[in-house]
Amino acid sequence: MTNWIDLFSWVLLMGGSFVGISGGIGLLRFPDFYTRMHAAGVTDTLCAALILLGLMLQAGWGLVLLKLFVILALLLLTSPTATHALGRAALHSRLQPLLDNPEELSSKP
Amino acid sequence: MFIATCLAIMVVMVLAMVRALVGPTVYDRILAVNMFGTKTVLLIAVLGFLGGRPDFLDIALVYALINFISVIAVLRFFEYGRFRFITVPPGVPRNDVADD
Repeated sequence: MTNWIDLFSWVLLMGGSFVGISGGIGLLRFPDFYTRMHAAGVTDTLCAALILLGLMLQAGWGLVLLKLFVILALLLLTSPTATHALGRAALHSRLQPLLDNPEELSSKP
Repeated sequence: MFIATCLAIMVVMVLAMVRALVGPTVYDRILAVNMFGTKTVLLIAVLGFLGGRPDFLDIALVYALINFISVIAVLRFFEYGRFRFITVPPGVPRNDVADD
């Protein structure tokens, strides 16, 4: 039973690491601020959730589990809020997204 | 296994720091620093488990709170140029705010 929990925790931790590294590479390689925001959003929520769930399986019942749960809830609440505020501030300051066809922007209201 | 996760998180932190140094606009830098802060929370939590002292989770919790507040404050500063709320009576034209 313990081996299964260890194995599942290992899978969760490695999945979180993979998602985090792919998001970091995306943050470096994407061409535009808004697409980079997409890459950072993936690592902010999914990577944090996977790694914290893996740690929860290692922790067992107790106060540590409660603290990990509180950290997870806090991250899941605050990081999408921060990303939303960031995108809104960038739009508000007239940062133009990179378009394939720039004429489409002027035709839309 | 904790060591591998620690190394992966550190690689992501290096990538985010490169983007924060390179980034063409200020919003890229804020995005990268926000991601760096989130990864710091995760790194502190994993390091606590690695060293066998899960009491580090308190520090991670405090860091998560500080990270969110600082990102919102920096965004507000760059959007409006100030930290205060703008208190002008209604009807007065606001020349100091770039509103659209």
